[in-house]
Amino acid sequence: MDRVVELQLWQMAAAYIFVVMLLFIARIRGISREKEILISSIRMTVQLILVGYILDYLFNNINPLNTIVVIVVMEAFAIHNIIKRTKEKLSKPLKKIIALSMTFGTLASLIYFLLAVINISPWYDPRYFIPIAGMLIGNSMTGISLGVTRLVDGMDSEKHLIESALMLGATPKMATKQIVDNAFDSAILPTINSMVGMGIVFLPGMMTGQILSGISPVTAVSYQIAIMLGILGSVSITVILFVQLGYKTFFNEEKQLIENE
Amino acid sequence: MFKEVKYKDILNIKHLSIKKNNITCIVGESGSGKTTLLRLLNRLISHDHGEIFYHDQPLSQIDPVKLRRAVTMLPQTPATFSGSIKDNLLIGLEFAERPLASDNELYELLKRVKLNKELDQDAAKLSGGEKQRVALARVVLMNPEVLLLDEPSSALDEDTEHIIIEELVNYTRKRGKTLIMATHSKKVASQFSDQMIEIKDGKIINGKGV
Repeated sequence: MDRVVELQLWQMAAAYIFVVMLLFIARIRGISREKEILISSIRMTVQLILVGYILDYLFNNINPLNTIVVIVVMEAFAIHNIIKRTKEKLSKPLKKIIALSMTFGTLASLIYFLLAVINISPWYDPRYFIPIAGMLIGNSMTGISLGVTRLVDGMDSEKHLIESALMLGATPKMATKQIVDNAFDSAILPTINSMVGMGIVFLPGMMTGQILSGISPVTAVSYQIAIMLGILGSVSITVILFVQLGYKTFFNEEKQLIENE
Repeated sequence: MFKEVKYKDILNIKHLSIKKNNITCIVGESGSGKTTLLRLLNRLISHDHGEIFYHDQPLSQIDPVKLRRAVTMLPQTPATFSGSIKDNLLIGLEFAERPLASDNELYELLKRVKLNKELDQDAAKLSGGEKQRVALARVVLMNPEVLLLDEPSSALDEDTEHIIIEELVNYTRKRGKTLIMATHSKKVASQFSDQMIEIKDGKIINGKGV
């Protein structure tokens, strides 16, 4: 680790010159974004400092309860974020499905990843558990968000086609197949695309971080490959769960489309 | 086919029976409840009071999907699914999980609805009236026991309307089907129907046979 340059406070402060520069540009061009720029810079700083101290605390006080609390908070935040970010109105059952598929999908892939792929011990070692959970949950969150939007939009705009299919004796599953497939597709596409550009267009954050902290690029790369695959798995499981269960919430037991009030 | 007491906020029917193997026309102004009545029979919506019977069996006890495969509905604005005319004709059979029809049968069918088109043509490019006839042909192809047609000729000119409805009526009679058709045209109704039901503000005002 002898190559690691510890950032001094003044060095970190020097990086804020970029914010000042952006503020300057915004001011000159008359783009009224100063408030947002300031707030987001401050939020980013405060949130990361807090997280730094929290992680520091967690790494020094390793116990399963801490890790569990962290993952619960992460999941809750992710689910809340998905629901909040979706502009469309979501029905109660659909929200439940979001929560269920998020929790089950991410936890299943996380457990497999930690125990079978990396094989950490103890299982609650926060040094592995927390960052990996964060990456899986974060990416699944983005995936499901896209899926939710596509599903709800599709169910709304294609209502006429769905009803016509029902009239002809289609099951809800047949009547919504196209919409469900589209939702799944658009939800996993960003993950697939990001794999294509990986290493050429951009060096992913985790890998960059490991390299900066002095780990050999080859080790960093093998971690990155594994985590990319983990993300792919987690996103697919959460999204397929969501769409498979989600479309059903638009129908009642009589196989009728539920009218949204 | 039989129906007893039945309610819904838009529709209030004390008693109504629609006979099997007959051609029944439902007439009435728009907004009177014609479509609602058809949707109830297709169980796309459920009545909240009373009971509707199909072959002496309450609708609520029949599996909705099975019912819709036997009592099939054509909506007023017919749906065009993405794909060719052929896809659009066959999709009904696919939905009903039944064996598909041959191209010859499909051409035969197109002839019956007076559509001189190739099967592989893109259905989205058809005109409103052509789409309507494709949708009608789709329902006919499914060969259901009961056909519920909501304004099947609304996008057709008068001559075509006459030809198509006549064709449809012949088909129904020959095959011993039940045809229930909502129409704004009293002319069509009086000319072809065995039974005419007139609805006003959700109430039956005339349900006698013609």
